[in-house]
Formats: sequence, structure tokens, C-alpha cells
Amino acid sequence: MIARWLAAGLFFVLLVAAWYLAVKAHIWSPILLPSPISVADYVKSAVEDGTLWEATQVTVRRLLIGYGLGILVGLPLGLLTASSRWCQDTIGVLALGLQTLPSVCWVPLALLWFGQTEAALLFVVVMGTLWSLIIATDHGVRTIPPIYTRAARSMGSTGLHTWTHVVLPAALPFLLSGMKQGWAFAWRSLMAAEIYVTILTGFGLGHLLHYGRELNAMDQVIGVMLIIVVIGLAVDKTLFAPIEQFLHRRWGTARQ
Amino acid sequence: MATTEVNPAKTVPSKLVLEHLSKWFRTSTLTVHALDDVTFRIAEGEFVCLVGPSGCGKSTLLNIIAGLERPDRGLVQADGKTIVGPGPHRLVMFQEASLFPWLTVLGNVLFGLKLINGVSAEERREKAEYFLELVGLKKFMHSNVHELSGGMKQRVALARALAPNPSVLLMDEPFGALDALTREQLYGDIQRIWSQHRKTIVFVTHNVREAVCLGDRVILFSPNPGRIREEFAIPLPRPRDINSVDLARYSTEITRVLKGYVQTEVAG
Ligand SMILES: Nc1ncnc2c1ncn2[C@@H]1O[C@H](COP(=O)(O)OP(=O)(O)OP(=O)(O)O)[C@@H](O)[C@H]1O
Ligand SMILES: [Mg+2]
Repeated sequence: MIARWLAAGLFFVLLVAAWYLAVKAHIWSPILLPSPISVADYVKSAVEDGTLWEATQVTVRRLLIGYGLGILVGLPLGLLTASSRWCQDTIGVLALGLQTLPSVCWVPLALLWFGQTEAALLFVVVMGTLWSLIIATDHGVRTIPPIYTRAARSMGSTGLHTWTHVVLPAALPFLLSGMKQGWAFAWRSLMAAEIYVTILTGFGLGHLLHYGRELNAMDQVIGVMLIIVVIGLAVDKTLFAPIEQFLHRRWGTARQ
Repeated sequence: MATTEVNPAKTVPSKLVLEHLSKWFRTSTLTVHALDDVTFRIAEGEFVCLVGPSGCGKSTLLNIIAGLERPDRGLVQADGKTIVGPGPHRLVMFQEASLFPWLTVLGNVLFGLKLINGVSAEERREKAEYFLELVGLKKFMHSNVHELSGGMKQRVALARALAPNPSVLLMDEPFGALDALTREQLYGDIQRIWSQHRKTIVFVTHNVREAVCLGDRVILFSPNPGRIREEFAIPLPRPRDINSVDLARYSTEITRVLKGYVQTEVAG
């Protein structure tokens, strides 16, 4: 365990060292590739004056609301498309088509419909999450071996009970990977939206990134990108990884 | 232990009635005539074994009795009422692994118990533990399903089917994956449970000896289409030992008949 931590730590130390050396070698202009030290300086000052904390809060709040809405709507719709041929031919086909649309494509439409508002941002996040969640849920439910529902029915389980006690738990591994994918899509769409939509109700990480570019402040750009990566990693490790580990233990699908 | 020497079919009212059952499976590539005009009765508390070559419709028949499948023709009744769907009084122990991997061993046994009204949480727990003890797996009640061997899974499935106390138990080759010693132990257990709890059991097997050891009656099926070929009453005293000489006489006789029609089938 400790050896794994050490190896991982060493890898990242080496990565930063390589970055530092590349800067020292003056291959690229320091404006295009700032040193890790100036990036760290930016992060430090932004943490101290509170901009980073505030932007993170704003962004994560939008993310959670948009992602939550996406799950709330997407999960039931996915169950519907998996259980009714009619829903599959309509909602299922719609989801399949819209899923292929990169979420940034929703930005112009969101701007025209909602203007430069919070709603426009949320709309883009929901559109970015929803369709892939429907597809993942649908796929998960369809992949369940029929013997499980037969066994449950023979023991007297019907209707809603079968759905909540058999279909959902049996599909859980697929639902989880769908939700993970949805989370990644939510991030992507929110960043696209924040970079393109300037609003006054909240200054998110995407906006920081955008203004970093406008000001030619490369240390800010890279600093914010790092923060985004770290948040993404942290959520994966604290939210999804424990559930995944539990599933692997239960199902016996873990690789040693 | 009580010994049953009379054939209960003659003294007790019918628990299950099957009349002129036929079933076809139609897929895009072919139509299979799975069951053809199957008629028989099973008395309350009777132990009936179904034997026949692979594909002769034994599992299909169990599914119909369980209410999971509808016959295309004919009548199927339990306690005088037509079977229209599954119910906790007729539980199946499936041929393939059907334990829920998202539940522990205990959770699996509790599943059916939770679907019965009016049983308190403690009672459920007690029952589940009792039946796990019965199949010798109480120690494993908090284990995950994938941590069990194939035979242990079958024993959990047996406990799960027994726990809700069904009056009819439908067992589809339940001991196929077990070693001879565990099987023999379970033959004893099954006979004890059957006589103590007065269950009606329909038991599918490929093993003629097993059928003779367990059944009051052995019904032979032949395939294409699935039909009843012959019936044998087994009036041996219980409990029966699978290695006894009397039992061997019956199983030799039945095997001879079985081989006979399998060969004529191949020749024709
Ligand atoms: N869901 C299904 N769809 C199509 N055909 C089916 C289906 N279920 C069973 N059959 C067919 O019906 C016939 C009887 O099947 P069944 O499973 O009842 O046989 P079985 O006697 O239980 O065989 P085994 O001893 O191998 O378990 C087979 O020919 C099989 O191909
Ligand atoms: Mg079968």
C-alpha cells in the first residue's frame, strides 16, 4: 500500500520536475509555458484573496444541480425506454441521436432561449448529462439476466417491488458507470458553457479560465485547469470509488 | 421418522392437476413443440420425479406449474384453481444459478420471506438462519454469493426456496452440480423436510437412481414433442438409502425402459 503511494508520488514529482526543466531550457517562451512555481504562486494568491474558493463553489453548485436534474430525469426515462417498446422507439431514439451531439452545441440555443442567465448554464449541463444517462440506464436494465426477474416473480415479487428490489440493484454496475460518464459529461458541458456564456450571477472556474486567456495570464489558465482536474479526481475517489469497490466485492468482479 | 408405505395418490385429493397440456415455442428460426398433451395429477404431499432426455420439456413443465409460463393448450390447476401466475405457495428451485449477486447469502434467503405478510423481522431472520443451518451454510450467511462454490450456491438456493414454506416445491435438477457425498446427505435432508413439512414436490432429474430414491412416482418423458411415456410407482419404505438393493432393482428397470425408447427414437 505504502509502496503504491510512494510510486504514485514519485511519478507526479517527476512530472513536475520535467515541466520545470522544460521551462528552464527556454524552449518555449515563458508566456506560453509558465514555470510550475509561477502557477503555484497564482493558485496561492487566488486561494488567499478568495476568488478561487468562490469560483469553485459557484461551479460545483451548478454542477451538482445540473447533474442532479440530469439523473432525476434520465434514470426514470432510461427505465421507461428499457421496459416499453413504444418508449424505446421514441425517447430511446431521441436520446441515441442527441447523445452524439457535443454539449457545446447546446450553448447557442441556450443563449437564445434563456439569455445570459443561470438557467442557460444549467440547461447546457442537463442536456450534456441526460441523454448518455438514459442510454446507460437502458443498456443496464436490458443486460440483466432474465433468470433474476423470473426467480423474483416466482417468489411473489411484482411490479414496483421487482423494479426496486431486482431490476435496479441488478443493473447497478451499469448504472454506476453511466453515472460516472454522466458526471464527466456534466463537467465538460459546464466548462463549455461557462467559457462561452458571461453572466453576472456567478463567476465560475470556466470564467476564470476565460479571463486568464483574455489577460494572457498563462499561469492562471494552467492553475485553473489543475484545480478542475483535482476536483474531478477528488469526486471520483470519494464518491464513485467506494461504491465501485463495494460492487466489485459483492459481485466478485474485482481484479486483484 | 415416519415411513410412508401407501401411495398417497390414492388416498389424498389432488394438489396439482394437469390436463392435455401443450406448449409450443416459436422463434424466428424454428417452432419447437415442447410439450404435447401432458396429463397427470399429483396428490397433496406426494413426491413426484420427472425423468427424461434433455430437451423433452421438463423445465418448461415446471415453469408452467410455477405460473411463469402459460400453456398454449390445456388446463393446469393448483388446489382446484387454475394457475394464472406465480405465487409464494409454489416455489421453484431453478436449473441455472439464480441467486441474486447484489445480496448476501442471508439476504437471498430473506428475499422470499420479506414478500410474505405478517412475519416480523425477527421471525424472518430466525427462519432464514434455520434453513441455512439445515443446508449446512449458517457459517456463510454473511458471505457474498460469488464466494461460494457451485454446490454451496445450490444449497443456498434450496434454503431460499424452502424458507417461505411453500406447499409445492418445484425442483429443476437441483443437485446436478454436487458431489456424490453432499448429494446423499441432501437426499436425506429432502426426505426429512418433505415428510415433516408435508410438501408436494415435483423433482426433475436426469439421474434415474436419484428419482427412485426420492419419488413416490417416477414419470418418464420422451422428447420431440415432450410427452409422458410411462409411469412407475415406487412403493419402497422411507427413508430410502440410494445404495440399497431394492432401489437398484427399480432403477435398473426404469433405465432399461428409458434406453429402449431413446434408441428407437434414434433408429427411427
Ligand atoms: N424460451 C424458449 N424459447 C424457445 N424455445 C425454448 C424456450 N424454452 C425452451 N425451449 C425449447 O423447448 C424444449 C424444451 O425445453 P426445456 O428447457 O423444457 O427442456 P428440459 O427437458 O428441461 O431439458 P434439460 O434436461 O436439458 O434441462 C427445448 O427444445 C427448447 O429448445
Ligand atoms: Mg431443464
